[in-house]
Amino acid sequence: MINSYGFRKFKNRFFFIICAMCVVIAVVPLASILFEVVTRGAPQLSLTFLTATASRGGIGPAIQGTLILIGLTSLIGVPLGVLSGIYLSEFGNNKYAQSVRAINNILTQFPSIIVGITAYGIIVITLRSFSAIAGVVALAFIMIPIITRTTEESLKLIPNSIREASLALGAHKWRTTLSVVLPSAKSGLATGVLLAVARIAGETAPLILTIAGSRYFFQGLNKQMAALPLEIWKNSLQSSPTLQAQGWGAALVLILVVLSINIAVRLVSRSRMKT
Amino acid sequence: MKLTGDKIFKISATIIATSALAILLITGYTLAVGSVPVIQKFGLNFFFGQQWNPIEGKEVFNILPYVLGTLATSGIALLIGVPLSLGIAVFLVEMAPKSLSVPISYLVELLSAVPSVIYGLWGLFIFQFWMRDYIQIPLTKYLGWIPLFSSSQSSLNIFTAGAILAIMIIPTIASISKEVISAVPNSIREGAYSIGATKWEVIHRWVLSYGRSGIFGAIILGLGRAVGETMAVAMLIGNAIGPVAMPISLFQPGQTMASLIANGFLDTTRGSLASSTYIGVGLTLLFISLIINVGAHVVMTRVFKVKGGAVE
Repeated sequence: MINSYGFRKFKNRFFFIICAMCVVIAVVPLASILFEVVTRGAPQLSLTFLTATASRGGIGPAIQGTLILIGLTSLIGVPLGVLSGIYLSEFGNNKYAQSVRAINNILTQFPSIIVGITAYGIIVITLRSFSAIAGVVALAFIMIPIITRTTEESLKLIPNSIREASLALGAHKWRTTLSVVLPSAKSGLATGVLLAVARIAGETAPLILTIAGSRYFFQGLNKQMAALPLEIWKNSLQSSPTLQAQGWGAALVLILVVLSINIAVRLVSRSRMKT
Repeated sequence: MKLTGDKIFKISATIIATSALAILLITGYTLAVGSVPVIQKFGLNFFFGQQWNPIEGKEVFNILPYVLGTLATSGIALLIGVPLSLGIAVFLVEMAPKSLSVPISYLVELLSAVPSVIYGLWGLFIFQFWMRDYIQIPLTKYLGWIPLFSSSQSSLNIFTAGAILAIMIIPTIASISKEVISAVPNSIREGAYSIGATKWEVIHRWVLSYGRSGIFGAIILGLGRAVGETMAVAMLIGNAIGPVAMPISLFQPGQTMASLIANGFLDTTRGSLASSTYIGVGLTLLFISLIINVGAHVVMTRVFKVKGGAVE
Protein backbone atom coordinates (compact mmCIF):
# COMPACT_ATOMS: atom_id res chain seq x y z
CA MET A 1 0.00 0.00 0.00
CA ILE A 2 1.38 3.38 -1.01
CA ASN A 3 -0.02 5.05 2.11
CA SER A 4 0.97 2.43 4.66
CA TYR A 5 2.40 3.73 7.91
CA GLY A 6 5.78 2.22 7.14
CA PHE A 7 6.01 4.07 3.84
CA ARG A 8 4.95 7.36 5.40
CA LYS A 9 7.60 6.93 8.06
CA PHE A 10 10.14 6.18 5.36
CA LYS A 11 9.13 9.33 3.49
CA ASN A 12 9.53 11.34 6.67
CA ARG A 13 13.06 10.01 7.14
CA PHE A 14 13.90 10.43 3.48
CA PHE A 15 12.97 14.11 3.36
CA PHE A 16 14.80 14.80 6.60
CA ILE A 17 17.95 13.53 4.91
CA ILE A 18 17.19 15.53 1.73
CA CYS A 19 16.80 18.77 3.71
CA ALA A 20 20.01 18.12 5.61
CA MET A 21 21.75 17.51 2.28
CA CYS A 22 20.51 20.89 1.01
CA VAL A 23 22.32 22.54 3.91
CA VAL A 24 25.49 20.60 3.14
CA ILE A 25 25.31 21.53 -0.55
CA ALA A 26 25.00 25.22 0.35
CA VAL A 27 27.82 25.19 2.89
CA VAL A 28 30.32 23.34 0.66
CA PRO A 29 30.84 26.31 -1.72
CA LEU A 30 31.35 28.68 1.21
CA ALA A 31 33.89 26.35 2.77
CA SER A 32 35.65 25.85 -0.55
CA ILE A 33 35.76 29.59 -1.30
CA LEU A 34 37.23 30.40 2.11
CA PHE A 35 39.68 27.51 1.92
CA GLU A 36 40.95 28.38 -1.57
CA VAL A 37 41.17 32.10 -0.91
CA VAL A 38 43.17 31.54 2.25
CA THR A 39 45.50 28.82 0.94
CA ARG A 40 46.14 30.52 -2.40
CA GLY A 41 46.14 34.08 -1.09
CA ALA A 42 48.11 33.75 2.13
CA PRO A 43 51.51 32.99 0.51
CA GLN A 44 51.20 36.31 -1.36
CA LEU A 45 50.87 38.47 1.72
CA SER A 46 53.92 40.58 2.49
CA LEU A 47 54.59 44.22 3.13
CA THR A 48 55.68 44.77 -0.48
CA PHE A 49 52.56 43.05 -1.79
CA LEU A 50 50.31 45.26 0.30
CA THR A 51 52.04 48.56 -0.42
CA ALA A 52 53.91 48.43 -3.75
CA THR A 53 52.55 49.28 -7.19
CA ALA A 54 51.76 46.65 -9.79
CA SER A 55 55.14 47.06 -11.49
CA ARG A 56 56.80 45.81 -8.31
CA GLY A 57 54.25 43.05 -7.82
CA GLY A 58 52.00 44.72 -5.28
CA ILE A 59 48.40 45.81 -4.86
CA GLY A 60 49.08 49.03 -2.95
CA PRO A 61 47.15 51.29 -5.35
CA ALA A 62 44.16 48.95 -5.23
CA ILE A 63 44.04 48.96 -1.43
CA GLN A 64 44.44 52.73 -1.38
CA GLY A 65 41.72 53.12 -4.02
CA THR A 66 39.26 50.96 -2.10
CA LEU A 67 39.93 52.91 1.11
CA ILE A 68 39.39 56.22 -0.72
CA LEU A 69 36.16 54.91 -2.23
CA ILE A 70 34.88 53.72 1.14
CA GLY A 71 35.80 57.00 2.83
CA LEU A 72 34.36 59.39 0.26
CA THR A 73 31.25 57.30 -0.34
CA SER A 74 30.53 57.15 3.39
CA LEU A 75 31.00 60.92 3.56
CA ILE A 76 28.12 61.34 1.09
CA GLY A 77 26.12 58.22 1.80
CA VAL A 78 25.95 58.14 5.60
CA PRO A 79 24.47 61.63 6.22
CA LEU A 80 22.01 61.39 3.33
CA GLY A 81 21.00 57.85 4.24
CA VAL A 82 20.59 58.60 7.94
CA LEU A 83 18.51 61.73 7.28
CA SER A 84 16.25 59.87 4.85
CA GLY A 85 15.87 57.15 7.45
CA ILE A 86 14.96 59.77 10.07
CA TYR A 87 12.31 61.15 7.74
CA LEU A 88 10.79 57.73 7.11
CA SER A 89 10.79 56.79 10.78
CA GLU A 90 9.85 60.10 12.46
CA PHE A 91 7.67 61.76 9.80
CA GLY A 92 6.84 58.69 7.75
CA ASN A 93 3.16 58.28 8.46
CA ASN A 94 1.83 59.54 5.14
CA LYS A 95 1.30 58.56 1.51
CA TYR A 96 4.44 60.31 0.24
CA ALA A 97 6.65 58.55 2.77
CA GLN A 98 5.06 55.25 1.87
CA SER A 99 6.01 55.67 -1.75
CA VAL A 100 9.52 56.82 -0.81
CA ARG A 101 9.81 53.68 1.32
CA ALA A 102 8.65 51.48 -1.54
CA ILE A 103 11.08 53.09 -4.01
CA ASN A 104 13.86 52.79 -1.49
CA ASN A 105 13.17 49.09 -1.00
CA ILE A 106 13.27 48.57 -4.73
CA LEU A 107 16.54 50.53 -5.00
CA THR A 108 18.23 48.25 -2.47
CA GLN A 109 17.54 45.33 -4.83
CA PHE A 110 18.77 47.15 -7.94
CA PRO A 111 21.42 45.53 -10.14
CA SER A 112 24.61 47.40 -9.32
CA ILE A 113 25.74 47.53 -12.94
CA ILE A 114 22.79 49.81 -13.74
CA VAL A 115 24.00 52.25 -11.11
CA GLY A 116 27.38 52.09 -12.83
CA ILE A 117 25.84 53.07 -16.16
CA THR A 118 24.00 55.95 -14.51
CA ALA A 119 27.21 57.31 -13.00
CA TYR A 120 28.86 56.84 -16.37
CA GLY A 121 26.08 58.81 -18.03
CA ILE A 122 26.05 61.74 -15.63
CA ILE A 123 29.72 62.02 -14.62
CA VAL A 124 32.04 60.22 -17.01
CA ILE A 125 30.40 61.67 -20.12
CA THR A 126 30.29 65.17 -18.62
CA LEU A 127 33.92 65.11 -17.44
CA ARG A 128 35.01 63.21 -20.55
CA SER A 129 37.10 60.72 -18.63
CA PHE A 130 36.77 57.87 -16.18
CA SER A 131 37.28 59.25 -12.71
CA ALA A 132 37.37 58.42 -9.04
CA ILE A 133 34.49 60.80 -8.39
CA ALA A 134 32.23 58.83 -10.76
CA GLY A 135 32.96 55.72 -8.73
CA VAL A 136 32.09 57.55 -5.53
CA VAL A 137 28.76 58.68 -6.97
CA ALA A 138 27.91 55.17 -8.16
CA LEU A 139 28.71 53.63 -4.78
CA ALA A 140 26.81 56.39 -2.97
CA PHE A 141 23.73 55.52 -5.05
CA ILE A 142 24.08 51.97 -3.74
CA MET A 143 24.84 52.99 -0.17
CA ILE A 144 22.10 55.59 0.43
CA PRO A 145 19.12 53.21 0.08
CA ILE A 146 20.77 50.59 2.30
CA ILE A 147 21.51 53.05 5.10
CA THR A 148 18.07 54.66 4.77
CA ARG A 149 16.49 51.31 5.35
CA THR A 150 18.64 50.20 8.29
CA THR A 151 18.30 53.64 9.92
CA GLU A 152 14.53 53.55 9.65
CA GLU A 153 14.42 50.06 11.08
CA SER A 154 16.66 50.84 14.04
CA LEU A 155 14.87 54.14 14.85
CA LYS A 156 11.52 52.36 14.83
CA LEU A 157 12.80 50.06 17.58
CA ILE A 158 13.16 53.02 19.94
CA PRO A 159 10.03 53.08 22.14
CA ASN A 160 7.77 56.11 21.82
CA SER A 161 7.92 56.71 25.56
CA ILE A 162 11.50 57.94 25.12
CA ARG A 163 10.41 60.51 22.52
CA GLU A 164 7.48 61.57 24.71
CA ALA A 165 9.71 61.97 27.75
CA SER A 166 11.96 64.32 25.83
CA LEU A 167 9.06 66.30 24.34
CA ALA A 168 7.48 66.57 27.80
CA LEU A 169 10.65 68.22 29.06
CA GLY A 170 10.03 70.91 26.47
CA ALA A 171 12.54 69.82 23.83
CA HIS A 172 11.67 70.49 20.21
CA LYS A 173 11.10 67.59 17.87
CA TRP A 174 14.39 68.17 16.05
CA ARG A 175 16.22 68.29 19.35
CA THR A 176 14.47 65.13 20.49
CA THR A 177 15.34 63.31 17.32
CA LEU A 178 18.97 64.38 17.15
CA SER A 179 19.95 64.22 20.83
CA VAL A 180 17.64 61.55 22.21
CA VAL A 181 16.39 59.18 19.52
CA LEU A 182 19.55 58.96 17.38
CA PRO A 183 21.93 58.27 20.31
CA SER A 184 19.60 55.58 21.65
CA ALA A 185 19.73 53.87 18.28
CA LYS A 186 23.45 54.27 17.77
CA SER A 187 24.41 50.59 17.73
CA GLY A 188 21.73 49.85 15.17
CA LEU A 189 22.93 52.78 13.07
CA ALA A 190 26.53 51.61 13.30
CA THR A 191 25.52 48.10 12.25
CA GLY A 192 23.75 49.47 9.20
CA VAL A 193 26.68 51.67 8.20
CA LEU A 194 29.19 48.84 8.61
CA LEU A 195 27.12 46.41 6.56
CA ALA A 196 26.73 49.04 3.85
CA VAL A 197 30.51 49.59 3.86
CA ALA A 198 31.08 45.84 3.54
CA ARG A 199 28.67 45.76 0.63
CA ILE A 200 30.23 48.62 -1.35
CA ALA A 201 33.78 47.41 -0.63
CA GLY A 202 33.08 44.34 -2.74
CA GLU A 203 31.11 46.01 -5.53
CA THR A 204 32.88 45.51 -8.84
CA ALA A 205 30.49 46.04 -11.71
CA PRO A 206 29.86 49.77 -11.16
CA LEU A 207 33.61 50.41 -10.88
CA ILE A 208 34.29 49.00 -14.36
CA LEU A 209 32.20 51.80 -15.83
CA THR A 210 33.44 54.57 -13.56
CA ILE A 211 36.96 54.39 -12.09
CA ALA A 212 38.11 51.84 -14.71
CA GLY A 213 41.29 50.78 -12.86
CA SER A 214 44.80 52.19 -12.84
CA ARG A 215 48.37 51.02 -12.31
CA TYR A 216 49.32 53.98 -10.16
CA PHE A 217 48.50 55.41 -6.77
CA PHE A 218 45.75 58.02 -6.40
CA GLN A 219 46.26 60.87 -8.86
CA GLY A 220 43.23 63.04 -8.30
CA LEU A 221 39.46 62.77 -8.13
CA ASN A 222 39.12 63.34 -11.86
CA LYS A 223 41.56 60.58 -12.83
CA GLN A 224 41.21 56.83 -13.17
CA MET A 225 41.79 54.87 -9.99
CA ALA A 226 42.53 51.32 -8.89
CA ALA A 227 40.38 49.27 -6.49
CA LEU A 228 40.62 45.80 -4.97
CA PRO A 229 37.63 44.21 -6.74
CA LEU A 230 38.85 45.48 -10.12
CA GLU A 231 42.32 44.12 -9.37
CA ILE A 232 40.86 40.68 -8.64
CA TRP A 233 38.79 40.75 -11.79
CA LYS A 234 41.63 41.84 -14.07
CA ASN A 235 44.17 39.44 -12.59
CA SER A 236 41.80 36.48 -12.80
CA LEU A 237 41.60 36.91 -16.58
CA GLN A 238 45.40 36.91 -17.04
CA SER A 239 47.20 33.78 -18.17
CA SER A 240 50.34 34.43 -16.11
CA PRO A 241 50.33 32.37 -12.89
CA THR A 242 52.11 35.19 -11.02
CA LEU A 243 49.33 37.65 -11.82
CA GLN A 244 46.66 35.06 -11.01
CA ALA A 245 48.32 34.49 -7.65
CA GLN A 246 48.24 38.23 -7.04
CA GLY A 247 44.53 38.11 -7.78
CA TRP A 248 44.08 35.50 -5.04
CA GLY A 249 46.13 37.66 -2.68
CA ALA A 250 43.87 40.64 -3.40
CA ALA A 251 40.84 38.39 -2.90
CA LEU A 252 42.15 37.38 0.52
CA VAL A 253 42.54 41.02 1.56
CA LEU A 254 39.05 41.89 0.31
CA ILE A 255 37.36 38.89 1.90
CA LEU A 256 39.12 39.54 5.20
CA VAL A 257 37.71 43.08 5.23
CA VAL A 258 34.20 42.09 4.19
CA LEU A 259 33.79 38.99 6.33
CA SER A 260 35.36 40.48 9.44
CA ILE A 261 32.88 43.38 9.25
CA ASN A 262 30.02 40.93 8.83
CA ILE A 263 31.11 38.66 11.64
CA ALA A 264 31.86 41.55 13.99
CA VAL A 265 28.44 43.06 13.35
CA ARG A 266 26.80 39.73 13.98
CA LEU A 267 28.63 39.18 17.26
CA VAL A 268 27.87 42.71 18.46
CA SER A 269 24.18 42.56 17.63
CA ARG A 270 23.97 39.14 19.27
CA SER A 271 25.48 40.27 22.54
CA ARG A 272 23.22 43.33 22.44
CA MET A 273 20.16 41.14 22.26
CA LYS A 274 21.37 39.04 25.16
CA THR A 275 21.85 41.90 27.59
CA MET B 1 4.20 81.64 8.83
CA LYS B 2 7.20 81.46 11.11
CA LEU B 3 10.01 79.12 10.26
CA THR B 4 10.72 77.29 13.49
CA GLY B 5 13.53 74.78 14.03
CA ASP B 6 11.05 71.96 13.78
CA LYS B 7 9.75 73.09 10.42
CA ILE B 8 13.25 73.49 9.01
CA PHE B 9 14.12 70.04 10.31
CA LYS B 10 11.07 68.44 8.81
CA ILE B 11 11.46 70.19 5.47
CA SER B 12 15.13 69.29 5.13
CA ALA B 13 14.51 65.66 6.10
CA THR B 14 11.70 65.52 3.53
CA ILE B 15 13.92 66.98 0.82
CA ILE B 16 16.72 64.56 1.55
CA ALA B 17 14.34 61.60 1.70
CA THR B 18 13.41 62.52 -1.86
CA SER B 19 16.91 61.30 -2.83
CA ALA B 20 15.49 57.79 -3.32
CA LEU B 21 13.04 59.13 -5.85
CA ALA B 22 15.78 61.28 -7.36
CA ILE B 23 18.12 58.30 -7.79
CA LEU B 24 15.40 56.35 -9.56
CA LEU B 25 14.50 59.26 -11.84
CA ILE B 26 18.12 60.12 -12.63
CA THR B 27 18.78 56.48 -13.46
CA GLY B 28 15.75 56.19 -15.72
CA TYR B 29 16.45 59.52 -17.43
CA THR B 30 20.17 58.88 -18.01
CA LEU B 31 19.58 55.43 -19.44
CA ALA B 32 16.69 56.57 -21.62
CA VAL B 33 18.63 59.52 -23.07
CA GLY B 34 21.78 57.44 -23.56
CA SER B 35 20.00 54.72 -25.49
CA VAL B 36 18.10 57.03 -27.87
CA PRO B 37 20.71 56.82 -30.69
CA VAL B 38 20.82 53.04 -30.85
CA ILE B 39 17.05 52.57 -30.60
CA GLN B 40 16.51 55.21 -33.29
CA LYS B 41 18.94 53.45 -35.56
CA PHE B 42 17.68 49.87 -35.19
CA GLY B 43 14.12 50.34 -33.93
CA LEU B 44 12.46 47.17 -32.69
CA ASN B 45 15.24 45.12 -34.26
CA PHE B 46 17.44 46.29 -31.41
CA PHE B 47 15.40 44.11 -29.08
CA PHE B 48 14.44 41.26 -31.42
CA GLY B 49 17.45 40.84 -33.69
CA GLN B 50 20.46 38.61 -33.13
CA GLN B 51 23.23 40.29 -35.11
CA TRP B 52 26.28 41.94 -33.57
CA ASN B 53 28.97 43.67 -35.60
CA PRO B 54 31.21 46.30 -34.05
CA ILE B 55 33.23 47.04 -37.22
CA GLU B 56 33.00 50.73 -38.05
CA GLY B 57 30.69 51.59 -40.89
CA LYS B 58 28.87 48.25 -40.72
CA GLU B 59 27.78 48.43 -37.11
CA VAL B 60 24.84 46.27 -36.09
CA PHE B 61 23.90 45.83 -32.46
CA ASN B 62 20.91 43.63 -31.59
CA ILE B 63 20.42 42.22 -28.14
CA LEU B 64 17.92 39.36 -28.22
CA PRO B 65 20.54 36.64 -27.42
CA TYR B 66 21.54 38.43 -24.23
CA VAL B 67 17.96 38.97 -23.06
CA LEU B 68 17.31 35.27 -23.59
CA GLY B 69 20.67 34.45 -21.98
CA THR B 70 19.60 36.37 -18.87
CA LEU B 71 16.33 34.44 -18.76
CA ALA B 72 18.15 31.12 -19.27
CA THR B 73 20.75 31.63 -16.53
CA SER B 74 18.15 32.99 -14.09
CA GLY B 75 15.87 30.07 -14.90
CA ILE B 76 18.64 27.58 -14.20
CA ALA B 77 19.48 29.44 -11.00
CA LEU B 78 15.87 29.18 -9.81
CA LEU B 79 15.52 25.52 -10.81
CA ILE B 80 18.57 24.62 -8.74
CA GLY B 81 18.43 27.30 -6.07
CA VAL B 82 14.76 27.23 -5.04
CA PRO B 83 14.56 23.56 -3.93
CA LEU B 84 17.90 23.90 -2.12
CA SER B 85 16.79 27.10 -0.36
CA LEU B 86 13.45 25.64 0.68
CA GLY B 87 15.19 22.52 1.96
CA ILE B 88 17.52 24.70 4.02
CA ALA B 89 14.69 26.85 5.36
CA VAL B 90 12.62 23.79 6.33
CA PHE B 91 15.62 22.13 7.92
CA LEU B 92 16.50 25.22 9.95
CA VAL B 93 12.99 25.94 11.22
CA GLU B 94 11.35 22.54 11.51
CA MET B 95 14.07 19.94 11.88
CA ALA B 96 17.35 21.16 13.34
CA PRO B 97 17.82 21.74 17.07
CA LYS B 98 18.42 25.37 17.94
CA SER B 99 22.06 24.77 18.78
CA LEU B 100 22.56 23.71 15.16
CA SER B 101 20.18 26.03 13.35
CA VAL B 102 21.66 29.30 14.67
CA PRO B 103 25.22 28.71 13.43
CA ILE B 104 23.98 27.25 10.14
CA SER B 105 21.84 30.33 9.50
CA TYR B 106 24.95 32.45 10.04
CA LEU B 107 26.89 30.39 7.54
CA VAL B 108 24.15 30.59 4.94
CA GLU B 109 23.93 34.35 5.42
CA LEU B 110 27.70 34.64 5.03
CA LEU B 111 27.21 33.30 1.51
CA SER B 112 25.52 36.60 0.68
CA ALA B 113 28.41 38.60 2.13
CA VAL B 114 30.99 37.13 -0.25
CA PRO B 115 31.53 39.66 -3.06
CA SER B 116 30.40 38.64 -6.52
CA VAL B 117 33.89 39.00 -7.98
CA ILE B 118 35.22 36.42 -5.52
CA TYR B 119 32.52 33.98 -6.63
CA GLY B 120 33.78 34.65 -10.13
CA LEU B 121 37.41 34.02 -9.18
CA TRP B 122 36.50 30.79 -7.38
CA GLY B 123 34.32 29.79 -10.30
CA LEU B 124 37.12 30.32 -12.81
CA PHE B 125 39.68 28.29 -10.92
CA ILE B 126 37.64 25.65 -9.07
CA PHE B 127 33.90 25.52 -9.64
CA GLN B 128 33.95 25.26 -13.44
CA PHE B 129 35.97 22.05 -13.19
CA TRP B 130 33.50 20.54 -10.73
CA MET B 131 30.75 21.34 -13.20
CA ARG B 132 32.75 19.91 -16.10
CA ASP B 133 33.75 16.67 -14.41
CA TYR B 134 30.58 15.79 -12.53
CA ILE B 135 27.80 17.25 -14.69
CA GLN B 136 28.82 18.34 -18.15
CA ILE B 137 30.88 15.31 -19.21
CA PRO B 138 28.39 12.65 -17.99
CA LEU B 139 25.36 14.48 -19.36
CA THR B 140 26.82 15.20 -22.78
CA LYS B 141 28.12 11.64 -23.01
CA TYR B 142 24.77 9.96 -22.46
CA LEU B 143 22.26 12.64 -23.47
CA GLY B 144 24.34 14.60 -25.99
CA TRP B 145 21.90 13.76 -28.81
CA ILE B 146 19.33 16.09 -27.22
CA PRO B 147 20.12 19.66 -28.39
CA LEU B 148 19.68 20.95 -24.84
CA PHE B 149 22.65 18.87 -23.69
CA SER B 150 24.79 19.05 -26.81
CA SER B 151 28.40 19.62 -26.01
CA SER B 152 30.85 22.38 -26.42
CA GLN B 153 34.38 21.87 -25.21
CA SER B 154 34.34 24.74 -22.77
CA SER B 155 33.10 24.50 -19.21
CA LEU B 156 32.66 28.27 -19.20
CA ASN B 157 29.05 28.09 -20.29
CA ILE B 158 25.44 28.93 -19.54
CA PHE B 159 25.01 26.07 -17.10
CA THR B 160 28.08 26.95 -15.04
CA ALA B 161 26.91 30.57 -14.84
CA GLY B 162 23.41 29.46 -13.84
CA ALA B 163 24.80 27.12 -11.19
CA ILE B 164 26.93 29.83 -9.57
CA LEU B 165 23.88 32.12 -9.61
CA ALA B 166 21.97 29.37 -7.82
CA ILE B 167 24.54 29.43 -5.01
CA MET B 168 24.39 33.23 -4.87
CA ILE B 169 20.60 33.43 -4.54
CA ILE B 170 20.35 30.74 -1.85
CA PRO B 171 20.85 33.18 1.06
CA THR B 172 18.15 35.54 -0.26
CA ILE B 173 15.50 32.86 -0.76
CA ALA B 174 16.45 30.74 2.24
CA SER B 175 16.47 33.55 4.80
CA ILE B 176 13.11 35.01 3.72
CA SER B 177 11.50 31.57 3.47
CA LYS B 178 12.86 30.84 6.93
CA GLU B 179 11.07 33.91 8.29
CA VAL B 180 7.88 32.99 6.46
CA ILE B 181 7.94 29.43 7.78
CA SER B 182 8.65 30.52 11.36
CA ALA B 183 5.68 32.89 11.10
CA VAL B 184 3.27 30.02 10.43
CA PRO B 185 1.21 29.72 13.64
CA ASN B 186 1.88 26.66 15.76
CA SER B 187 -1.82 25.87 15.94
CA ILE B 188 -1.63 24.84 12.27
CA ARG B 189 1.11 22.33 13.07
CA GLU B 190 -0.65 21.07 16.18
CA GLY B 191 -3.89 20.60 14.27
CA ALA B 192 -2.11 18.56 11.62
CA TYR B 193 -0.23 16.43 14.13
CA SER B 194 -3.45 15.75 16.01
CA ILE B 195 -4.99 14.07 12.97
CA GLY B 196 -1.95 11.80 12.74
CA ALA B 197 0.28 13.44 10.13
CA THR B 198 4.00 12.71 10.13
CA LYS B 199 6.44 15.58 10.47
CA TRP B 200 7.10 15.70 6.74
CA GLU B 201 3.38 15.67 5.95
CA VAL B 202 2.86 18.57 8.34
CA ILE B 203 5.62 20.54 6.64
CA HIS B 204 4.70 19.76 3.09
CA ARG B 205 0.89 19.83 3.21
CA TRP B 206 0.27 22.49 5.86
CA VAL B 207 3.27 24.66 6.67
CA LEU B 208 4.56 25.21 3.14
CA SER B 209 1.09 25.67 1.75
CA TYR B 210 0.21 28.18 4.48
CA GLY B 211 3.34 30.18 3.70
CA ARG B 212 3.17 29.86 -0.07
CA SER B 213 2.63 33.52 -0.90
CA GLY B 214 5.59 34.54 1.25
CA ILE B 215 7.76 31.86 -0.31
CA PHE B 216 6.63 33.06 -3.73
CA GLY B 217 7.78 36.57 -2.79
CA ALA B 218 11.13 35.18 -1.66
CA ILE B 219 11.55 33.42 -5.01
CA ILE B 220 10.82 36.62 -6.93
CA LEU B 221 13.42 38.48 -4.87
CA GLY B 222 15.89 35.70 -5.67
CA LEU B 223 15.01 36.05 -9.35
CA GLY B 224 15.68 39.79 -9.10
CA ARG B 225 19.11 39.11 -7.71
CA ALA B 226 19.88 36.50 -10.38
CA VAL B 227 18.84 38.80 -13.22
CA GLY B 228 21.06 41.67 -12.14
CA GLU B 229 24.06 39.70 -10.93
CA THR B 230 27.04 40.75 -12.99
CA MET B 231 30.60 39.84 -12.14
CA ALA B 232 30.41 36.12 -11.39
CA VAL B 233 28.32 35.57 -14.50
CA ALA B 234 30.57 37.74 -16.66
CA MET B 235 33.57 35.66 -15.63
CA LEU B 236 31.94 32.25 -16.07
CA ILE B 237 29.50 32.42 -18.96
CA GLY B 238 32.06 32.26 -21.76
CA ASN B 239 31.47 35.70 -23.29
CA ALA B 240 29.77 34.71 -26.56
CA ILE B 241 28.66 37.45 -28.95
CA GLY B 242 26.09 37.58 -31.73
CA PRO B 243 23.79 34.75 -32.93
CA VAL B 244 26.03 32.05 -31.35
CA ALA B 245 25.10 33.48 -27.95
CA MET B 246 21.49 32.32 -28.40
CA PRO B 247 20.93 29.93 -25.48
CA ILE B 248 20.13 26.62 -27.17
CA SER B 249 22.32 24.15 -25.32
CA LEU B 250 23.06 24.33 -21.60
CA PHE B 251 26.72 23.65 -22.25
CA GLN B 252 27.55 26.35 -24.76
CA PRO B 253 29.09 29.72 -24.02
CA GLY B 254 26.47 32.45 -23.69
CA GLN B 255 26.00 36.02 -22.51
CA THR B 256 23.58 37.85 -20.25
CA MET B 257 22.69 41.54 -20.41
CA ALA B 258 24.70 42.34 -17.30
CA SER B 259 27.71 40.27 -18.36
CA LEU B 260 27.68 41.87 -21.81
CA ILE B 261 28.04 45.30 -20.25
CA ALA B 262 30.79 44.19 -17.86
CA ASN B 263 32.74 42.32 -20.54
CA GLY B 264 32.47 44.80 -23.36
CA PHE B 265 32.03 48.28 -22.01
CA LEU B 266 35.67 49.17 -21.42
CA ASP B 267 36.53 48.62 -25.09
CA THR B 268 34.08 51.18 -26.44
CA THR B 269 34.75 54.80 -27.19
CA ARG B 270 32.64 57.42 -25.48
CA GLY B 271 29.67 58.67 -27.47
CA SER B 272 29.95 55.92 -30.09
CA LEU B 273 27.01 53.82 -31.21
CA ALA B 274 28.52 50.90 -29.30
CA SER B 275 28.50 52.78 -26.01
CA SER B 276 24.88 53.79 -26.64
CA THR B 277 24.16 50.09 -27.22
CA TYR B 278 25.47 49.14 -23.81
CA ILE B 279 23.34 51.88 -22.24
CA GLY B 280 20.36 50.48 -24.15
CA VAL B 281 21.10 47.04 -22.72
CA GLY B 282 21.18 48.68 -19.29
CA LEU B 283 17.79 50.28 -19.96
CA THR B 284 16.30 46.90 -20.89
CA LEU B 285 17.79 45.36 -17.76
CA LEU B 286 16.39 48.24 -15.71
CA PHE B 287 12.87 47.56 -17.03
CA ILE B 288 13.03 43.85 -16.36
CA SER B 289 14.47 44.31 -12.90
CA LEU B 290 11.91 47.03 -12.05
CA ILE B 291 9.04 44.73 -13.01
CA ILE B 292 10.47 41.89 -10.93
CA ASN B 293 11.24 44.04 -7.90
CA VAL B 294 7.92 45.91 -7.93
CA GLY B 295 6.22 42.52 -8.13
CA ALA B 296 8.24 41.24 -5.19
CA HIS B 297 7.46 44.39 -3.21
CA VAL B 298 3.72 44.03 -3.80
CA VAL B 299 3.76 40.36 -2.78
CA MET B 300 5.90 40.98 0.30
CA THR B 301 3.84 43.90 1.65
CA ARG B 302 0.70 41.79 1.27
CA VAL B 303 2.35 38.90 3.08
CA PHE B 304 3.54 41.05 5.95
CA LYS B 305 0.07 42.52 6.35
CA VAL B 306 -1.31 39.00 6.62
CA LYS B 307 1.38 38.20 9.15
CA GLY B 308 0.54 41.22 11.28
CA GLY B 309 -3.15 40.53 11.61
CA ALA B 310 -5.81 38.04 10.68
CA VAL B 311 -5.55 34.94 8.56
CA GLU B 312 -5.73 35.47 4.78
